[in-house]
Amino acid sequence: MKFGSFLLKRLLLSIFVIFGLSIVIFIIARVVPGDPARMALGPRAPEEVVQRLRQEMHLDKPLPEQYFYWIRGVLSGDFGRSLVTKRAVSEDIKEFLPATMELAIFAGILMAIFAVLLGTLAARYKDTWVDSLIRTLSYFGVAIPAFVAAIIFMLLFGYYWPILPVLSRLSPGIIPPVRITGLLTLDSLIQGNFVAFWDAFKHLILPSVALSLGGLFQEARITRSAMIENIRKDFLSAERGYGIPERVIMFKYLLKPSLIPTVSMMGLDFASLFANAFLVETIFNWPGISRYGISAMMHKDLSVISAVIIVFGAIFVVANIIVDIIVAFLDPRVRLSTSRGI
Amino acid sequence: MKNQENILLNIKDLHVWYRVYGGYLKVLNGVHLMVREGERVGLVGEAGCGKTTTMKSILQILPPGDFHIPQGQIFYKGQDVLKMSFKELQRLRSREIAMIFQDPTAALNPVFIIGTQIGDVIKYSAAFEENEHKETIKEQSIKALKEVYLPDPERMLINYPLQLSGGMKQRVCIAMAISSPRNLLIADEPGTSLDVTIQDQIMRLLNEIVEKRKTSIILITHSLGVAKEMTDRIYVMYAGTIVETATPEVLFKNPVHPYTKGLLASVPKISGGGITKGIPGKLPSYLNPPSGCRFQLRCEQGDPICSEKPPQLFEVEKDHLVACYLTQR
Repeated sequence: MKFGSFLLKRLLLSIFVIFGLSIVIFIIARVVPGDPARMALGPRAPEEVVQRLRQEMHLDKPLPEQYFYWIRGVLSGDFGRSLVTKRAVSEDIKEFLPATMELAIFAGILMAIFAVLLGTLAARYKDTWVDSLIRTLSYFGVAIPAFVAAIIFMLLFGYYWPILPVLSRLSPGIIPPVRITGLLTLDSLIQGNFVAFWDAFKHLILPSVALSLGGLFQEARITRSAMIENIRKDFLSAERGYGIPERVIMFKYLLKPSLIPTVSMMGLDFASLFANAFLVETIFNWPGISRYGISAMMHKDLSVISAVIIVFGAIFVVANIIVDIIVAFLDPRVRLSTSRGI
Repeated sequence: MKNQENILLNIKDLHVWYRVYGGYLKVLNGVHLMVREGERVGLVGEAGCGKTTTMKSILQILPPGDFHIPQGQIFYKGQDVLKMSFKELQRLRSREIAMIFQDPTAALNPVFIIGTQIGDVIKYSAAFEENEHKETIKEQSIKALKEVYLPDPERMLINYPLQLSGGMKQRVCIAMAISSPRNLLIADEPGTSLDVTIQDQIMRLLNEIVEKRKTSIILITHSLGVAKEMTDRIYVMYAGTIVETATPEVLFKNPVHPYTKGLLASVPKISGGGITKGIPGKLPSYLNPPSGCRFQLRCEQGDPICSEKPPQLFEVEKDHLVACYLTQR
């Protein structure tokens, strides 16, 4: 099948994208004013110690040479050492990334399910109160930033009506599962530790809902308008005219073509969850990579900044390749045009 | 002559309005149309005069939420389609009437393979439930595709519509419509979006099916020649009303309504004479249609009475009805 070669092409292309990203982020991180060695050691460190650290970090070399040292390390899995945590960046990423992944994946699942559900309902009951309600909610959902929603949720469900935990990933006193994937819910489930699973799950709810709202309602609106557009198409009239039952038309012949724009949008939204995660992680004291990355930027922790951005870039690329696969599965026009050149 | 008494479909005074910003488009303005059992009826008229709207009304498949039917009845075998329950409507669509659309590319769902689409049509039709040979859906699909002379039907089933040519797509649509026996076929300009040669093949195919199965058909067409060849009776439609109906022989020899006359005069003759002058003017606005006869603005024989109230269909001779005040002068 020609679709395989299309995918291969996409993969090769994305390697170039990430390579380009690495150059850009490397340069930007270094041209920003401020001396990382001095910031790491503090204002009272003697100049020769600072000078030695600069040499260790190759900061005294010209930029291309610095890049060479850095990329050589990255390719062998060594992202350097964090100046703040004093640990290998790769270690830090291993620790912080799964927390954010768990949050983003959960938010992504919520986004996908509820966007399609609400969009379908709004389209099905167009111009009724159901539609108006969903559309009004959408305005709020799209307009309210994730961190504002996070604070509101925290107040509502953590303070006025405290039914859900609002800080960190696990309650104190709960024995965490042995680390396998780093996703607490998954790890605890694998090990049959249901107490930890339930607790970790409860911790996930508020931050992931806060994080998902923007994308969720945006996609719900896209689903709604795609459905309303398709419902007027001749093929739908034809299918109805052949006596195919309404539910088959709704959930098969209407839903599939209407999902294409939603899924395309979801790839972008899923990736931007990681960017939005920063404030949500800060508010819910979630030990994730977005928070880690931003604190690194405050401290001009070069290795960490570059590494976090490369990781985000890779996630973005992978998410979009997955979306391409899903879209190609939904839409034969995409799949076949790669082999027929239409 | 066909059986006079067995009326299959009888549309009476049908009005259909489309809701738009700023009011209603009053598209259909009292359509009367009748199809007897086994009869082949042609419907001609210029683009935008409401032919497709009339046909979609019969099956109640107008885009949901956008239309309004202020008055009229559509009797199918004596029962008013507009008053049917959902279940009765479903039965009408899956067993009694099937429609073939003008543009096969738009009428096939782009994201499903042919096999799925024709399979579902068969699955929810009488042909499947009442099949004596207990053929599978796939076997019946292949049979239907063979009947419209599609090459390699087995392979056709796994193709997406975009892998087929326009002519093939229209054959698939016809296969869907005839995959289970129906009493009435509605063919909405089935060749218009295709090449002339393909158009010809499609019309032949349709003609063959109608002859073989003895089904009734409403054939919408732009081509008066096709209508003359393939139908027993022709309805001429103008701006949402039926202006004249007669057998092809009578209509071609003795047209009464000025619009019918203009339409017949617009057909370019192969023997020469250049491009005909056609009918000057255009369709009236449906948002604010003129009161009275909708053709009055383009009519050369207008009269003050024409703008007072719409003329009713008047029987000038047997089976020849005309909606024009000229007949009463």
